[in-house]
Amino acid sequence: MKIHEYQAKAILKKFGVAVPRGEVADSRDGAIAAAKSLFDSGASGVVVKAQIHAGGRGKGGGVKIAKSVEEAGELASKILGMTLVTHQTGPEGRIVRRLLVEETLPIERELYLGIVLDRAEAKPVFMASQAGGMEIEQVAEENPDAILKEYVTPGLGLEAFQARKLAFKFGLKPEQINQAVKFMSGLYQAFEETDSSLMEINPFITCSDGRLFALDAKMNFDDNALFRHSELKELRDITEEDPLEVEASKYSLNYIKLDGNVGCMVNGAGLAMATMDIIKYAGGMPANFLDVGGGANAEQVTHAFEILLSDKNVKAVLINIFGGILRVDTLARGVVEAANKTKIQLPVVLRLEGTNVEQGREILQQSGLNFIVAETMKDAAEKVVAAAKQ
Amino acid sequence: MLRLRFCGEFQGDVASNVSTNDMSILVDKSTRVIVQGITGREGTFHAKACAEYGTKIVGGVTPGKGGTTHEGWPVFNTVQEAVDKTGADASVIFVPPPFAADAIMEAADAEIELIICITEGIPTLDMVRAWEFLQARRARLIGPNCPGIISPGKCKIGIMPARIHKEGNVGIVSRSGTLTYEAVHQLTTRGIGQSSAIGIGGDPIIGTNFVDALDLFNRDPQTEAVIMIGEIGGNAEEIAADFVKTRMKKPVIGFIAGQTAPPGRRMGHAGAIISGGHGTASEKIKAMEAAGIRVCKSPADIGETVASVMGVKAPA
Repeated sequence: MKIHEYQAKAILKKFGVAVPRGEVADSRDGAIAAAKSLFDSGASGVVVKAQIHAGGRGKGGGVKIAKSVEEAGELASKILGMTLVTHQTGPEGRIVRRLLVEETLPIERELYLGIVLDRAEAKPVFMASQAGGMEIEQVAEENPDAILKEYVTPGLGLEAFQARKLAFKFGLKPEQINQAVKFMSGLYQAFEETDSSLMEINPFITCSDGRLFALDAKMNFDDNALFRHSELKELRDITEEDPLEVEASKYSLNYIKLDGNVGCMVNGAGLAMATMDIIKYAGGMPANFLDVGGGANAEQVTHAFEILLSDKNVKAVLINIFGGILRVDTLARGVVEAANKTKIQLPVVLRLEGTNVEQGREILQQSGLNFIVAETMKDAAEKVVAAAKQ
Repeated sequence: MLRLRFCGEFQGDVASNVSTNDMSILVDKSTRVIVQGITGREGTFHAKACAEYGTKIVGGVTPGKGGTTHEGWPVFNTVQEAVDKTGADASVIFVPPPFAADAIMEAADAEIELIICITEGIPTLDMVRAWEFLQARRARLIGPNCPGIISPGKCKIGIMPARIHKEGNVGIVSRSGTLTYEAVHQLTTRGIGQSSAIGIGGDPIIGTNFVDALDLFNRDPQTEAVIMIGEIGGNAEEIAADFVKTRMKKPVIGFIAGQTAPPGRRMGHAGAIISGGHGTASEKIKAMEAAGIRVCKSPADIGETVASVMGVKAPA
């Protein structure tokens, strides 16, 4: 799960990580009030930052500096409601619904801090680089040695000496070291206690007056751990997600919308990806990834079908099921039910294999519905691509 | 016959280590299995299915239900008690995600040698702790978020549909469940049997990895060729490709799922994500091909490719 910058900063603040003073606003008036309170308490300027779940906001025109309350108000009315396009949003962009208004700071240096899971080491890794503001992937590509890494032993946490090592390698001033250790320890603590899957402070800044701040903050959370973080679940912003994906998540279906016109419904993530691949191999393009899972029931299959069909780009549907736990007759009943309910006009190609496959095929035949039955994956892909082209 | 952890070193000539040519990896007819979570719906269903296949299920563990019997099997409160009373050397875990990492550690602590965790959805940081815990113990973990392992004709510990399998000489190692069934089905319908099929799981942190499994197949006299099914995310396939290039003595046929997957999105499996431009199918395919692995571009070609590599003619 992703959250906004302002939400991440609020969490970090609780863990003792220094963040700039600021307030979130969803209207011009709100932004003016926030700016006024910052100017009144000594800020020399404010920065108005669009809050969307994507990076590259500055380059897209979603981050601007104001020198007065009036200017902050003008910027707020320009940015609120705009469709912000960045390299991470795709060409359709995202509508800006909220702003973070923050004090500007006398930036001296821009650095990078991040925590991710290192899969090969099976440990969280704390990463630091002097190239703040740059994407870490780009640094890794161009100058991998510039990324400093400290692996964290689970249960022990980031040790003070590890944070000190990074702070000294950054070339921080002696009087900044303890501040940096506190900052980094707080970051790691926040990572572990919220079951974060990714955290990035980019940039992590030093100021000319010696202070250190998280100028930007990004936090993602492990969906599998959300059951023990009810406070985090409330931070979900469904306006940032695809409506069909939100709908699918209600029924525990793994659905990801794509650009093609062949809808597919598959059981198992690997087989679902392979089905997308073979559709492309047969000359078509998949409209989605949809894994109905191993334990799907007739009701879930019905919902899955409805979600597939509400994508207007879909011209034909491929159902590829290898029934292990999910029995083929269960699936067939769900498909017939859904086809009747949705009065489907589109061609549906079915490729069924596995437990109770004979009963499943019988249910389909007796339904009186016009399904195209395929024998193998290859056969199914060719038939559905041909159907989608008609 | 149960082998211990792969320790990273080549173990010498296959023929000098073994005395029979009818083997398989990790499990066989003598493996004694307990089911953690045996009284749950999934645990019950699959314990029965495994037992029907001939697997020696010797009991189960459900904390609080110790002393009772379930479907004829004795239920224990702790894994230690189950091991002491039944002599189990393997455990299969059907415990719900919030408690599954703890179940893995409990099994390892009770000196279970082979732990197979089927559970999907374990929090990653729980697995980080469990993984660390396992480093100091002798247990081998398969999974989590996997279908388990089957050595056709001998033993099935997992949730795979038994009837699609056939005993034979092809080993399969895969990050995906149903895609493994697809590959097995393609083999069996061509008359090609399997030595063992092992699902290593779709999570970012797993116990047994591709290299561990490939090494076991390399040393298993029953296995003549290996299918390796990977997917987007991480770099386990690249590491495996390096192993194949330097150590593998048997032909390897590969497939990578997710050639059309968009970057930055988790494709069902927690571990299936292209992040920062890395973990793409094309990178993996390139590394695998460079290591001499026959990579199928289409998932429909897996069976046919194995047949051609092994010199098996298609059934008329």
